[in-house]
Amino acid sequence: MLSIEKLNVSVGDKKILQNFNLKISKGEVHAIMGPNGSGKSTLSYALAGKDGYVVDGKILFKNENIVDLKADERAQRGIFLAFQYPIEIPGVFMNNFLKTSLNAVRKAKNQKEVDVVEFLSLVKQHAKKLGIKEDQLGRALNVGFSGGEKKRNEVLQMSLLEPDLAILDETDSGLDIDALKTVADGVNALRSPHRSFLIITHYQRLLDYIKPDFVHVMVNGSIVKTGCSKLAQELDKIGYKEFQKAI
Amino acid sequence: MSDNLIQEQIKQDYAYGFVTDIESVRAPKGLNKEVIQFISKQKKEPEWLLEWRLKAFERLQSMTEPNWQKPQYPKIDYQALYYYSAPKNFKEGPKSLDEIDPEIKKTYEKLGIPLNEQKRLAGVAVDAVFDSVSVATTFKKKLEDIGVIFCSISEAVQKHPELVKKYLGSVIPLTDHYFATLNSAVFTDGSFVYIPEGLRCPMELSTYFRINASNTGQFERTLIIADKGSYVSYLEGCTAPMRDENQLHAANVELIALDDAEIKYSTVQNWYPGDKEGKGGIYNFVTKRGICKGKNSKISWTQVETGSAITWKYPSCILQGDNSSGEFYSIAITNNYQKADTGTKMIHLGKNTKSRIISKGISAGHADNTYRGLVSIHQKASNAKNYTQCDSLLVGNLCGAHTVPYIDNKNSTSTTEHEATTSKISEEQLFYCKQRGLNQEEAISLIVNGFCKEVLQQLPMEFAVEAQKLVSISLEGSVG
Ligand SMILES: Nc1ncnc2c1ncn2[C@@H]1O[C@H](COP(=O)(O)OP(=O)(O)O)[C@@H](O)[C@H]1O
Ligand SMILES: [Mg+2]
Repeated sequence: MLSIEKLNVSVGDKKILQNFNLKISKGEVHAIMGPNGSGKSTLSYALAGKDGYVVDGKILFKNENIVDLKADERAQRGIFLAFQYPIEIPGVFMNNFLKTSLNAVRKAKNQKEVDVVEFLSLVKQHAKKLGIKEDQLGRALNVGFSGGEKKRNEVLQMSLLEPDLAILDETDSGLDIDALKTVADGVNALRSPHRSFLIITHYQRLLDYIKPDFVHVMVNGSIVKTGCSKLAQELDKIGYKEFQKAI
Repeated sequence: MSDNLIQEQIKQDYAYGFVTDIESVRAPKGLNKEVIQFISKQKKEPEWLLEWRLKAFERLQSMTEPNWQKPQYPKIDYQALYYYSAPKNFKEGPKSLDEIDPEIKKTYEKLGIPLNEQKRLAGVAVDAVFDSVSVATTFKKKLEDIGVIFCSISEAVQKHPELVKKYLGSVIPLTDHYFATLNSAVFTDGSFVYIPEGLRCPMELSTYFRINASNTGQFERTLIIADKGSYVSYLEGCTAPMRDENQLHAANVELIALDDAEIKYSTVQNWYPGDKEGKGGIYNFVTKRGICKGKNSKISWTQVETGSAITWKYPSCILQGDNSSGEFYSIAITNNYQKADTGTKMIHLGKNTKSRIISKGISAGHADNTYRGLVSIHQKASNAKNYTQCDSLLVGNLCGAHTVPYIDNKNSTSTTEHEATTSKISEEQLFYCKQRGLNQEEAISLIVNGFCKEVLQQLPMEFAVEAQKLVSISLEGSVG
């Protein structure tokens, strides 16, 4: 599904990712854990194709090097990023945004665009599962949403767009335990042999609900250790200090 | 990086820029008494109107162009312009569709305004003005049957002189300001509407203005009278060919609402804006003013201004009748090197008068966008209320937005409220949209349409969708 080879990413003089390598096969769930500032969000942006980075190396997605593709082209090919800090867009109602987005992706995949009626029934169905109130769908995108509402909204979009690779950047931060469970249920419902996940988190507790196949520790822009889901529990006890020292 | 990104490629294709190849009759070049006499004669006008024009012309000699506005423009040589241009085989007076030059019919078809009544949008009557003359008015008979007068102003001068004489210049006096006075001297055509007492006009009335000839100014005059307890919704649209030189458009529009009457006036202005480097385009210097003369009357202006090199206009309301209300809803979009200085004046004279101003300015490229407004509450206007909201949206870093609200409240029981915001489409917002599969243009269009939704909703249904498309097209390529 995804193969990142010798990826270097910098902004101006600042090198953020250095010699970063990662392989994710179809159906796998990978977790990346690491201290603040280690470059996790930058990795997610580089994968999603945000402008403003100097990128060197290869990102193979479904056997195609996507390094030179624009963000919308990558999204249309099936990459989804749940933002750590979802953006507010005043005046643009959620319903309208979600429908435009869904149809843009469907069009790119040569699927039939959905009409208003189909869309509404689809979105309501997903919203209900995620505990999103219907009136929220009629509000401006993320404007005045609480932290939890914003994060659920990200998961809602992921469920609608059905990506091949979903990257979740600290989707668990700022959630209470009930919200955390709902979000985890949303992710688990999407798990399939054809879909892969890259889950970025600080805390092991999300991984109690979403069992990863692999856990990577990221420090200073590269992966310093890889293990199975047990590694997350160890990290929770000993922290990142050991790894930071090692560098 | 993001700056480059935002400034890249500013391309916009103007779809209405073609020229109709047609022979025309023109007044001699220049501005003088003889030209005014020529225009008046062409139109077989009564003596009083010629005198009125000449009075305006005389007055003009002692006036100078205003210069307080933000957009500056090169000096206009008024003697180098033509003040009257009509298709050659054009006959004044009412005519059937068969009599209209096929070239002109084709022009309107191309513009999406077929003059053939069967092809027209149901429920919309159109007056088509081509350069200096009205070439067709549709659904006239049907409207006449219920007492609505909808015709060119030239025809109204012939057929309803008492109404024209009574109301022409009653809202915009001869002496108002340079461009308004110029218009009074040389106005050529435009629409006339009279809605009889108690009637709710069952159709949208609309005028479509087209400038075709080169070096020609368009000076149209529109007069709308809503008699007691009547209602009318009126829409104007405008386009012009792409030409290298700037063309002057100085219209006067007067609205009169009597007791309990309501006039809703919508404009979708898409004059040629000039090219990407700012060459050519229309100078749109227009005076629009309505008076709520009677009690409980209402005038509502809605405008979507996407065209013109320079737009300079302030559709205003004089709230004279007690309990009358005025509204101004505006979207002004400037791209490339376009400039707009637009807003409104709400003059509260009567008791319990209300006004509401919602202005959405969008600026992209190197463009400049100013909201300028006046809310004036006179001493006797007790319990008057105004609400003003001005929002500006910037696309990129090279454009400008300015808000200049004047408030003058002379009555202690009256209140005014003003809110203003300026925001920018951020790289983060665009990235978020793109991550969800939208391309750059779709993203901008979505954000901008969201930004001006409140105003778009004011447009008559038939035109809201068109306007929404126009908003997107106007900003196409404004961001790389
Ligand atoms: N646009 C940028 N310009 C300069 N430095 C940046 C930029 N983006 C991120 N950084 C820096 O790169 C490092 C990694 O940031 P980030 O990817 O947000 O880390 P994480 O998500 O792991 O907390 C931090 O030191 C941060 O300050
Ligand atoms: Mg982060």
